[in-house]
Amino acid sequence: MATRLKPVDAVLVGFGWTAAIIGQELTDAGLQVVALERGNFRDTVPDFSPTQIQDELRYAVRKATFEEPDRETLTFRNSTSDTALPMRQLGSFLPGVGVGGAGVHWNGQNWRFMPTDFKMRSHSEQRYGKKFLPDDMTIQDWPLSYDDLEPYYDKWEYLCGISGKAGNLNGQIQEGGNPFEGPRKREFPLPPLKRSASAMKFDEAAKSIGLHPFPCPAGNASQPYTNTLGVKLGQCTYCGYCEWFGCANYSKASPQTTILPVLLRKDNFSYKTNATVTRVNMDSTGKKATGVTYVDAQGREFEQPAEMVILCAYSLHNVHLLLVSKIGKPYDAESNTGAVGKNYAYQMSAYVDVFFDEIINPFMGAGALGQVVDDFNGDNFDHGPHGFIGGAYISMWQTGGRPILQHYTPTDTPKWGGGFKKALKENYLRSASMQIHGGIMSYKQNHLDLDPTYRDIYGNPLMRLTFDFQKNDLDMEKYVTDRAVDIAKAVKGNRGYNVRARTGHYGIVEYQTTHNTGGAIIGDNPSNSVINKYCQSWDVPNLFVLGASAFPQNPGYNPTGTVGALTYFAADAITSRYLKNPGALV
Amino acid sequence: MKRSAIFLAVLSFVTCAHAGDFAQIERGKYLVQAGDCESCHTDKNGPRFAGARAIPTPFGTIYSRNITPDPATGIGGWSDEDFYRALHEGISRDGSHLYPAFPYPWYTKLTRDDVNAIKAYLDTVDAVREQTPPNKLHWPLTWRSLLSVWNSMFFKAGEWQPNPDKSADWNRGGYLVESAGHCSACHSPKNLLGSVKKGDAFEGGDGENWLAPDLTGRTLGGVSEWSIDEIAQFLRTGANNRTRATGPMAEVVELSTSHLTDEDAKAIATYLKDLPNGASTAEKKTADNSRDTTRGHDLYLDNNCAACHMENGTGEAGIFPALKGSAIVQQPDPATAIHLVLSGSRAAATTANPNRFAMPAFGGKLSDDDIAALLTYVRSAWGNRGGVVSESNVYSVRKQVATSQ
Repeated sequence: MATRLKPVDAVLVGFGWTAAIIGQELTDAGLQVVALERGNFRDTVPDFSPTQIQDELRYAVRKATFEEPDRETLTFRNSTSDTALPMRQLGSFLPGVGVGGAGVHWNGQNWRFMPTDFKMRSHSEQRYGKKFLPDDMTIQDWPLSYDDLEPYYDKWEYLCGISGKAGNLNGQIQEGGNPFEGPRKREFPLPPLKRSASAMKFDEAAKSIGLHPFPCPAGNASQPYTNTLGVKLGQCTYCGYCEWFGCANYSKASPQTTILPVLLRKDNFSYKTNATVTRVNMDSTGKKATGVTYVDAQGREFEQPAEMVILCAYSLHNVHLLLVSKIGKPYDAESNTGAVGKNYAYQMSAYVDVFFDEIINPFMGAGALGQVVDDFNGDNFDHGPHGFIGGAYISMWQTGGRPILQHYTPTDTPKWGGGFKKALKENYLRSASMQIHGGIMSYKQNHLDLDPTYRDIYGNPLMRLTFDFQKNDLDMEKYVTDRAVDIAKAVKGNRGYNVRARTGHYGIVEYQTTHNTGGAIIGDNPSNSVINKYCQSWDVPNLFVLGASAFPQNPGYNPTGTVGALTYFAADAITSRYLKNPGALV
Repeated sequence: MKRSAIFLAVLSFVTCAHAGDFAQIERGKYLVQAGDCESCHTDKNGPRFAGARAIPTPFGTIYSRNITPDPATGIGGWSDEDFYRALHEGISRDGSHLYPAFPYPWYTKLTRDDVNAIKAYLDTVDAVREQTPPNKLHWPLTWRSLLSVWNSMFFKAGEWQPNPDKSADWNRGGYLVESAGHCSACHSPKNLLGSVKKGDAFEGGDGENWLAPDLTGRTLGGVSEWSIDEIAQFLRTGANNRTRATGPMAEVVELSTSHLTDEDAKAIATYLKDLPNGASTAEKKTADNSRDTTRGHDLYLDNNCAACHMENGTGEAGIFPALKGSAIVQQPDPATAIHLVLSGSRAAATTANPNRFAMPAFGGKLSDDDIAALLTYVRSAWGNRGGVVSESNVYSVRKQVATSQ
């Protein structure tokens, strides 16, 4: 029997980036807000202290900051004709757990989607014709535009102290920035990070073949920064322990370093840890959420009543909660009807490792330290001759030179023994890797639903992921990988390169990227989507669903910047309109 | 629970109507904050002002008492006269002597009006029934009558007397520092009987394994070298471009000095910069600087000290404290610096400066010998002139910290 708790104005499921943002905005509006986090509380000291964070075995190999599949997992199959089996170890993607969520362990690669990314279907059909898109491709336009989101991208970037160089200021193309980006109203809050040696080699090579390199916008502070809430970030020390690690120096934008110092001081905000939400509760009409039920670390069940329920969990968990709470119509891949679970998408990465004749000191790195070209991303090139849509950015990262996982050797190097050691010694200081970071479209067959067989420890059915790479995206990745090889060949003083291409079926075992999107997508009407443009459930107006589960398809960029901007957009609609007149926002 | 809160709110409203006018209550609240009453009179996670916080003293443990308006266990039945006698003379309502852990030697300097205002404010806080645990003092100090002897030796009742030769700022600052603020209670050396050593006020004191720094100008980098704005900023926000408040001062800033008005913080700074006993920089005790610090330098770089405090010791203005020119680093007694390295510390968080920046504990990673070498380097690098830190210095602080936890 669940213990019924004191009602609150809003309950947040999860306590990562989206919960921190919405919690800050709603408490500013005077609401009583509680966040429920399945993991532990974490703060820079002691959890990410420089006394212990540089432990690659613990964090990168044994995955200390990620969710544990023996507690929460999903089942997976490549196609509807296969039987899905549980993912019993983390592999392809690594959802975060604990206060701060994945905002603790991200790299800080911070992007705005391009204007055409928001009009993926209409723009592609207009430019290439309706027949250009495969029949099973279910991409759709966002119900909002780049211009709608621009002020909120700005708000997010000034919260985080993003380090970068504008490429398009109010329509004027800027030297040194990304000429393909949408127009921004003002410069980045901080200048770009110092360039790495590998970035300079990439920059020179890319320019020599007519491309347009620029520094990746980084959530790693290039200088000390005081953000819009008065919270201070220290400057990045290029220690090389960003991705999969918490930042020891208050330099990487995370809920801990940007919002929590202010939010946790408020009397009208509270949070509970080790509180796993198992369902959203509904009233008898099925049109109103009454709160959530959660289970604590001792297995006790609690009911938290709330006027508003806001799902701020990882994208996959948002979708799972909707499905197990029977909110909305589950997507049926056969008939292409229903919406919950529809348009699951992912991203695709290939790599070209480059070996230099000079030392580049790879251990001096930062999560978003890298030089990028966007010439082959989105619709920045004519897809007509190629027969696919979408694209990828090509980046020369220098994220770090950790001893276990971050070193490159030529493909013919033995895996162990004297030959391996010799190659490692020769190449560790003289190599870096380019990433081909590609988007994935959505398709009828790639979707999420509930597994008929397997259940989690709370008795809920596991979510079932049905997903495979499709020809459009494999063709895209191959094309852009070839363009990365062009750059590798143009690098002066290169001693060779490896191509680690992405081909064949998707496998869930090898790590690729934690950019899982869709399943609770945003749209302009209830028949094609789960939430409206304000991230409000079509079926249950006092339920909001935040995060990358909203993306109708996955462009070639890392999602966090757009997740932040979309959350601010939703927060604005809630505080300025919904609270005055609770009900469906149109 | 909810019902009792409403009841208490109604009760305090009624009491408040009797207690005095709004301006007086507001002034009382301000003085209660300036006096940092909450720090001692609120137990960890306990109800505000309900006391029962254990105050460790060299003579045993004293428990702070309940100063909420609860008639049975708090000061609800106290008259203004009773309250004034406690603050002014250190005598409780029942006529018994209060232990000077309650800083009546400072509160005696408060004006009668201000004491009445404090009482008027305390009458408005939620009444909490909370019995104060009995003190755990070593015999014969359990005999409160002995305190009359202590008082005759070390205590003279009397309100603050302004100095007409000094500015209004100096006098306002002096009043706050010497009465409510009771700054010299921590920042002064004590004699064997726990009283401030005569003539040595503000020369630094020892408390809870932290040295409260000398405020008189004897320490290199001390507050006498800071500008009035820097001192005021430190008190009001917990940080300035030199340093951040850590250790017990973090709590003082959070509960007390961050609530001061800018004028009062500057007045306090004016007074502190004019304390007697100040020494010119040339006269300051400095240590021999010629020693091999290679190992300490390596430890400084290898243990990521430089990541925040920078290779050149400057820190990052307003974020990470500078070690170059730091008073804590250069104090003759290195105990605070050792304690910081061993245990780490969380800096004050205030509305103006919400970050809860923290230094991690290195005690589990570095040996006594490592910390001695590291601090010897830090105390002599970048023009610093602190003395050598020995392995035994570190050993003794480590032992004290371990036993007090």
